[in-house]
Amino acid sequence: MKNEKIINEMVQKLLSGDRRMAARLITLVEDEAEENHEAMKQIYPHTGKAAIVGITGSAGSGKSCLIDHLIRKFRQQGKTIGVVAVDPSSPFSGGAFLGDRIRLQSHSSDDGVYIRSMASRGYLGGLTRSTHDVIRIIEAMGRDIVIVETLGAGQDEIDVIHIAQTCVVVTTPGMGDEIQALKAGLMEIADIIVLNKADLDGANTCIKNLQASLSITSFEEGEWVPQVIPTVAVASKPEDIRGIDELVSGILEHQKYLHISNALERVKFERVEQELGLIFKDELQKIIFKGLKGTGKKKKYIKSILEGKNDPYSVVEEILGSYLITDGERRNG
Amino acid sequence: MTQGKRIRILIAKPGLDGHDRGAKVVARALRNAGMEVIYVGLHQTPLQIVNAAIDEDVDAIGLSILSGAHKTIFTKVIALLKKRGVPKVLVFGGGTIPKKDWNGLKSMGVGEIFTPGSDTSKIINYLNRTLKRDKNV
Ligand SMILES: Nc1nc2c(ncn2[C@@H]2O[C@H](COP(=O)(O)OP(=O)(O)OP(=O)(O)O)[C@@H](O)[C@H]2O)c(=O)[nH]1
Ligand SMILES: [Mg+2]
Repeated sequence: MKNEKIINEMVQKLLSGDRRMAARLITLVEDEAEENHEAMKQIYPHTGKAAIVGITGSAGSGKSCLIDHLIRKFRQQGKTIGVVAVDPSSPFSGGAFLGDRIRLQSHSSDDGVYIRSMASRGYLGGLTRSTHDVIRIIEAMGRDIVIVETLGAGQDEIDVIHIAQTCVVVTTPGMGDEIQALKAGLMEIADIIVLNKADLDGANTCIKNLQASLSITSFEEGEWVPQVIPTVAVASKPEDIRGIDELVSGILEHQKYLHISNALERVKFERVEQELGLIFKDELQKIIFKGLKGTGKKKKYIKSILEGKNDPYSVVEEILGSYLITDGERRNG
Repeated sequence: MTQGKRIRILIAKPGLDGHDRGAKVVARALRNAGMEVIYVGLHQTPLQIVNAAIDEDVDAIGLSILSGAHKTIFTKVIALLKKRGVPKVLVFGGGTIPKKDWNGLKSMGVGEIFTPGSDTSKIINYLNRTLKRDKNV
């Protein structure tokens, strides 16, 4: 275990913007190394200032290509950028193929852009505790904007809303993608709905469907109404690229709305709430399993469940009962 | 499965030719062996490769080279890694690199070289062996 002083030196370097140190600290939290608690404790007070933009949508919808454009525009405005691109780990091998950088490599020589590819490491699609920590680390580096790319196929990915202040959902024409997205509830979390690949057939119908579904949704006075923005992120002729400026202004408008409406406080509250929940869950499980380790009890419990003598709920109640005093017991006595 | 060190490898295809089938085959094989592969694709300059390797905190960089410029590319990548303070990142290569150059490349710091169509299990074993030795976890 590295001592507090060494970690403090690492954190100081991080705060000065050292990307090598950011990279190393991110690995620490991803690997759940012993030092990660101490590191995060020291990093946390230096976070919470960046604008966090989530880009989510189905595989291949063009999220990374759009991020490539966003980075370029935000850099022209003098803003520094961090990107976290999350891809699923293989459930079989635990390995991952992280390919988002292919579209982002033109920024890899820019000091103002830090990009990190991240595997979901066994958590289904949604955002994990490590994702939270990684974003905090990038914030502590002093980045103005952190962009988070996640694969959004359904409910699981809705977690992104708890981290991102501005949530961009990317969909594409054809195959009823936009209908799927509506069904999956993705539209409800969207602050901005992007119809990318607007060069493809069916784009106009899609836009109409999306706008129609918005028009029957009721919004309260002063509430943000999601924007629908058609884009073309990749084209053989550069002049055919479309919608990027609109997307940039959409994001900035939404950020402005968050600030003036005080909605930002709510978003920040939800972020910490989710963070706290995830850390609790992880730590509690770790403590319990550590306690069972070497006692042979875990195996016995599993066997008793398999033999029909017990069930997982009773087992969990029994184990937790031996660790925790329930509220009722405390009150009674 | 979630906890503990995972080996992270950056795979890049430097040079001008637009053919990365071999690199992708290796990338998939490493993924199936439980590694996290950051694939950056074609036309990568040594600076882009090293910057990406630093951001991604990888344990190794695999370069697929078919264009014959292997000497300059390896030299530049290894020099940049040193200059940027990450000389411990393992560099290995594959592609059409003539055998007569192997010794020179290895004495320069290239860890290992694999011929096209090498059995991917050879690469996996090599990486597991070499990278575990350097890990203190
Ligand atoms: N026709 C068309 N193709 C596009 C457009 N934008 C992106 N593409 C193509 O869509 C493919 C996927 O783009 P990415 O940016 O990698 O998509 P992604 O959503 O990040 O994909 P994953 O990260 O794999 O989920 C690429 O082959 C792009 O060239 C567009 O506006 N029009
Ligand atoms: Mg992508």
